[in-house]
Amino acid sequence: MAQASYPADLKYHAEHDWARIEGDEATFGITWYAQDSLGEIVFFDAPAVGTVVTKDEQYTEVESVKAVSDVVAPLSGEIIAINQELSSSPESVNEDPYGAGWLVKVKLSDPSEVDSLMDASTYEASLS
Amino acid sequence: MVSDTSTSLRRTPLYDEHVAAGAKLVDFAGWEMPIQYAGIREEHNAVRNSVGIFDVSHMGQVETAGPQALERLQRLTSNDVSKLPEGGAQYSLLCNDFGGVLDDLFTYRLSGTRFLTVTNASNHEQDLAWMQHHGSEFDADVNDRHADFAMLAVQGPSARALVEQLADGHLPPRFHICQRTVAGVPMLVCGTGYTGEDGVELLLAPEHAAPVWQALVAAGAQPIGLGARDTLRLEACFHLYGNDLSEQWDPISAGLGWACKEETGFIGSDVIAAVRGVGPERKLVPFVIDGPGIARQGNQVVGGGEVTSGSFSPCLERGIGMAYLPPDTTEPGTRFQIDVRGTLRDAVVERKPLYRKDS
Repeated sequence: MAQASYPADLKYHAEHDWARIEGDEATFGITWYAQDSLGEIVFFDAPAVGTVVTKDEQYTEVESVKAVSDVVAPLSGEIIAINQELSSSPESVNEDPYGAGWLVKVKLSDPSEVDSLMDASTYEASLS
Repeated sequence: MVSDTSTSLRRTPLYDEHVAAGAKLVDFAGWEMPIQYAGIREEHNAVRNSVGIFDVSHMGQVETAGPQALERLQRLTSNDVSKLPEGGAQYSLLCNDFGGVLDDLFTYRLSGTRFLTVTNASNHEQDLAWMQHHGSEFDADVNDRHADFAMLAVQGPSARALVEQLADGHLPPRFHICQRTVAGVPMLVCGTGYTGEDGVELLLAPEHAAPVWQALVAAGAQPIGLGARDTLRLEACFHLYGNDLSEQWDPISAGLGWACKEETGFIGSDVIAAVRGVGPERKLVPFVIDGPGIARQGNQVVGGGEVTSGSFSPCLERGIGMAYLPPDTTEPGTRFQIDVRGTLRDAVVERKPLYRKDS
C-alpha cells in the first residue's frame, strides 16, 4: 500500500512490529514504516512451527532486494503457524502488511506483556 | 534499514529532480543520492526492457593533458593507453605498487594529448592525489574536473533511440565518444554504461543537468536509483569498487587480467605479472544460489573464500553474487556452500554474465 497506515486494533513494538491480539494468541507482522524503509521484500526466512520466541529478541528475518533485516518478537510465546504464502509471494508484506503480509501466529506465554506495547497513535507519534 | 541523510552530505545538480520524483535518498560515499524511486524491481525491469536514466554525477572526472599525457596515463593505469584511439573509451585499473586495486576507471581520449578519466565517487580525491603525485616526470598535467561535469547514464534497449531523437546527430558506438548537442545542450556523449544493456553516458555542464534530465524523462526515460544500478551491474557481472575490488585484491584474482598490459610498465605491473605467472590464490567468480536465500557481502564460503557482492536478481528471481574462491573450485557448474548468517546455502559457480538478453 502506498500510504502510511497504522490500524487502531493492533499493538505496536518500537522495532516496527505489530501484534494482533486474539485471547492468548497473537499474529505478528512488520509495520507499514518497516516495509517502506526496507523496500520490496523478496524473501521471508520462515522459522519453524514450535519455535519459542522471546519478546524484544530477533525471531526471523526478512530480506529486501538490497538488505536483510532482523524481525523482533513483540511478545513471547511459541509459534503455532507461519504464513506459507510468503514463500511464493513475499511482496504481500509490502502490499498488505497488516493482512496477507502477516508473518507468524504465536501462542502467548505471558499475555500481560501486551501492556508494554504501544497503541497506534503512540507508535505513529514515535516515527516523527 | 535505510540510513538517514544529514545536511552535511553533498548534493548533485539533480537533487531537486530526485526529490520531485519521490526518490528515497541515502548517504552514498558522502553524497545524498537516490537509492530508489518507484521501486528497485520496477526500475530494474525498466532498464532491461525499455530505458532508464541515472544520475551518476557523484562520479569524479580527472583530466590528464599535455605533450606526454599518454605516457603519464600509461604509467598510471593498467591498460595499454597507446591502443586508445582519439574518441575512444578504455577500461583500466589504477593500482598501487603491490598490485592492489586503488580504483577501476574509464578513460576517454578527447584528443591526441587530452584524456578524461572517470573515477568512483568514494575514491575520487584519493585517485586525484595519486595521479598528481605519480608520473610527474612526464610533461602532462593532472587536474580535477569533477566540478565541471554532471554525469547522466541513459541505459536500456531503447536508450540510444531516445537520446538520438533529441540529438543533433548519430550517437557514438560502444566504447567511443563524441561531442553532441542533446536537448539543446552541448555535451560529451559516451557509448559506455554499467548495466549490461546498450546505452550512453552523458557528461555536461552542471547548470544544464536539470533541463536535460527533464527532457529525457519527458521523452520516456524512467529515473533509476542506485539500488537497481547495483542489481543491474551484478547481473552483468561488472565489478563494484569497495565490494569486489579493493587494495586487498589484485586484478588477476579479480578476473580483470584482460585490462592489464604488464608490458606497458604501469605501477604495480611487476607484481601483477608475477601473479599472472603463478596463478592467483583466489579467483572472483559469479554464482547463483540454488534454492532460497540471498548471500550478502562478507558471507564466508565453506572451505575458504568470501562473497564480495550478493543480492537478489530481479531477472533470475533468486540470490546471485560474486565470490572469491580457491582456484580449483572456480569451474562453471562447481557447487559450493555459503554461510549466510548461520544457515548454509547451496550455490553454483556460473559463467559471466549471470543475465543475458536471450537467456
